[in-house]
Amino acid sequence: MAMIEVRNLKIHYPIRSGFFNRVTDHVLAVDGIDFDIEQGETYGLIGESGSGKSTTGKAIVGLEPVTSGSIMYKGQDITKRSVRKHMQYNKDVQMIFQDSLSSLNPRKRIEDIIAEPIRNFQNLTKDEERHRVQELLDIVGMPSDALYKYPHEFSGGQRQRIGVARAMATNPKLIVADEPVSALDLSVQAQVLNFMKRIQEEYNISYLFISHDLGVVKHMCKKMAIMHRGRFVEIGTREDIYNHPQHIYTKRLLSAIPDVNPDDREKNKEHRREVERIFKEEESKYYSKEGRVLNLQKISDTHSVALPDSTMKGVHD
Amino acid sequence: MWKTILRRILIMIPQLFLLSVLVFILAKMMPGDPLSGSFQQGQSAAQMAALRQQYGLNNPWYIQYASWVGNMLHGDLGQSFVYKRSVTGLIGERAVNTFWLALMSTVILYVIAIPAGVIAGRYEGSKRDSAISVTSFILMAVPPFVFYLLALIFFGFFLQWFPTGGSVSSTYNPGTLGYVWDRIYHMILPALVAGIITTPSTIQYLRTGVIDNTNQDFVRTARSKGVPDRVIFNKHILRNSLLPIAAFMGNQITSLLGGSVILETVFSYPGMGQLFVSSMTSRDYPVVISLVLLFGFLTLLGNLLSDIIMSIVDPRIRIE
Amino acid sequence: MDKPEDLLLDVQHLHTGFRLGDAFYDAVDDVSITLRKDEILAIVGESGSGKSTLATSIIGLHDMRNTKVTGDILYNNLNLVGLNETLFDRIRGKDIGMIFQDPLAALNPLMRIGEQIEETLVYHTKMNKEERDKRVLELLSQVGIPNPKRTARSYPHELSGGMRQRIVIAIAIACKPPIIIADEPTTALDVTIQAQILDLLEDIQREMHSGIILITHDLGVVAETADRVAVMYAGQIVESGTVMDVFKHPTHPYTRSLLRSMPQAESDDDELHVIQGVVPSLKNMQMKGCRFAPRIPWIPASAHEEHPTMHEVAPDHFVQCTCYKDFYFPDDDQAAEKGE
Repeated sequence: MAMIEVRNLKIHYPIRSGFFNRVTDHVLAVDGIDFDIEQGETYGLIGESGSGKSTTGKAIVGLEPVTSGSIMYKGQDITKRSVRKHMQYNKDVQMIFQDSLSSLNPRKRIEDIIAEPIRNFQNLTKDEERHRVQELLDIVGMPSDALYKYPHEFSGGQRQRIGVARAMATNPKLIVADEPVSALDLSVQAQVLNFMKRIQEEYNISYLFISHDLGVVKHMCKKMAIMHRGRFVEIGTREDIYNHPQHIYTKRLLSAIPDVNPDDREKNKEHRREVERIFKEEESKYYSKEGRVLNLQKISDTHSVALPDSTMKGVHD
Repeated sequence: MWKTILRRILIMIPQLFLLSVLVFILAKMMPGDPLSGSFQQGQSAAQMAALRQQYGLNNPWYIQYASWVGNMLHGDLGQSFVYKRSVTGLIGERAVNTFWLALMSTVILYVIAIPAGVIAGRYEGSKRDSAISVTSFILMAVPPFVFYLLALIFFGFFLQWFPTGGSVSSTYNPGTLGYVWDRIYHMILPALVAGIITTPSTIQYLRTGVIDNTNQDFVRTARSKGVPDRVIFNKHILRNSLLPIAAFMGNQITSLLGGSVILETVFSYPGMGQLFVSSMTSRDYPVVISLVLLFGFLTLLGNLLSDIIMSIVDPRIRIE
Repeated sequence: MDKPEDLLLDVQHLHTGFRLGDAFYDAVDDVSITLRKDEILAIVGESGSGKSTLATSIIGLHDMRNTKVTGDILYNNLNLVGLNETLFDRIRGKDIGMIFQDPLAALNPLMRIGEQIEETLVYHTKMNKEERDKRVLELLSQVGIPNPKRTARSYPHELSGGMRQRIVIAIAIACKPPIIIADEPTTALDVTIQAQILDLLEDIQREMHSGIILITHDLGVVAETADRVAVMYAGQIVESGTVMDVFKHPTHPYTRSLLRSMPQAESDDDELHVIQGVVPSLKNMQMKGCRFAPRIPWIPASAHEEHPTMHEVAPDHFVQCTCYKDFYFPDDDQAAEKGE
């Protein structure tokens, strides 16, 4: 059994309008997605802005009210607030954010920031708590005098590591990482990614790794989902997605990544234009009349794609 | 947009109803009644009781309330116990005084605050900026009544440049030019001090607005287009900096219309604020209730007005 | 290829210092670059490298009260360094157009799109209102806006991020400037939109024969769009050359390290390369010697030059300091070789 099982998750926001301000429509931020996160693995969630990837992440941490569907953890549906509270869900599931400066309280010292989740879930004496915070700073490779400093005194990469230390404080089983390195420079990004991998190996943590950066996801995740318009267009292993993409949207996304090898420049451009042309021509085939992503069809044990039925035949032949 | 305005006005009805009930109950709960103040020697208890009966003060509160609301809808706010005349007429008269005073002080406020805020923001850190900022901080720290009293003593009593009370001298007949000038003459000092004392918040909003907007990306874009500095300031920086002031304008206007209790009391200016105080002390319920209701209505109107102004000046805010 | 008439911009020994407290600190320190007609020159570097400061120095957008610019920026026999504001206003927008990173912030929220594009034309052309309106619609369709008439009347918040960036580009190219500076033009955008915007920039460059300075931190963007590239570190250019040369034969230790820290290509579960230490802040910048030396402490001090200069390692391929000759990655096989 997977650690987290998301089933038919929907998060809709009402749109109000008209004279009586009645709900006239809904924004389908997340519109029916299923996936599992296994213990100790990193699951990638890729999408462009507005795809619903961050909303999904927040729902899994319990920060976003769910319209329908279930998120099962240890046999219980944690979409209900009472269940989360009862089983101390957030002791096991924590989050790190993209903007490390705004997600850390500027008026609190690092010690208090990291200790906050401990205080919420554990009853430690002052000494034990300080010891634990020291230990956490150690894990993320920060000097112990960081305890008494404030968030603005650190660089972006260091702050992101403090964010990780805070998320680690309660020995979580899963960390939802929402664009954790998008705001960082290349060399700092490498540092944070390496370090996330290292603590994963050491503590057998799972990540839900949310990113728009296909290069970073490729490096971090063995399994992933491509999200578009609140639904999954394709899920599969790294191999499935990067080497055998089937959905036109996935192909388009992949072709848009600039390559660092200038040799292939013209070839890439040619390829990208070709994919773009096909995307324009065939887009309607891959989406319903309302623009909804079609249902996923299994094409191998690991690989499912939101393909129209006609294309499916082609794949099986 | 009209739909929203209409809806907002409709929403005001239940709000006003609630307010009226609340005000009515509070007024009834206060000790004493209007007649206890007018008790004169030689009046017997029986005469008082008869008067109470006559004014309907012995009826259950909901009947009193119903008749009050009924009359109010016909524009009849009842009779003032103290002035022995219709409340509508009384408030109407005072409202005119307050309106002109409010208008004058608003004009003075913006005439002083906008250039001051703009100069302070545009020349941030200069001597002019420090002079303006220091002055506005001092003004912010001075309690209004102290400021009013000092102005009154200095300009009114000491220098005798301005009259020390009232809205017009009795020597002029309404309609004459002298009468109009005399009314303005009576307003100048209170309007000036009321305008000046309200400048600090506007100055500070504008100053920070100008400083913030000067560093905005769109100002950099304008500079990269080769737009001259003067135009950049007027077209890009100033317009955006005036937004928070526009947002506050609706409330500013209506709050001034409500009259300033302290200002009018200090200057013995016969406006709404002064009326409010005097009717409170003399337990003139019909007047007090009508005024509180009016103030409530003005606040709601102010919010609506602010929203409408905002939707006109800021395209990002659309009320549909 | 180096015909003198093709030379658009010649920046020589540029220093741009910011006032911090009582002293000026050089965010751009002795930078020389040239921009030619019909080329895209990429300036690549991490935050704090001075790449954006270089761009804003060229177009003169600094607050001169707190900035000190020295050196030469030669354009059309005119030195832009120290040029008075009135003259500079005639060049900004007309001869140099600039595209900014955050397209929402770069547009005035209270002005209609058409008006914002038109503003450039007002100050640099003799067009009347009608001609300007026509030109605005022309520009909107040139940058690929589907409904120019409607868009001209709309406000920035009514458009998507990609559309806004097209508007910002339309503003920059309104007067067909020979020089366009694009400061991280695609950083705030999704990858698919990024590809479209980069294509658009290339189309514009081909059509107008402009020279484009593309400021970016994205090595992929450089490899796919630029002709030449200058790599900046701590206020200086450490390597420059054609994109082919620099990406195929990266030579300066910083360029090599940067390329190595990218999670890319056929990456597996290996650790990414991490550059030791941090980018120095403006105040803590060491002003002498090779600035990258503290980040590669295993390279002996003797490998660095005392006063680093540019070395031509191949025709038109320049590298700063001599440390590139002895540089190796400590976790490489090379390390073993060197140890022998």
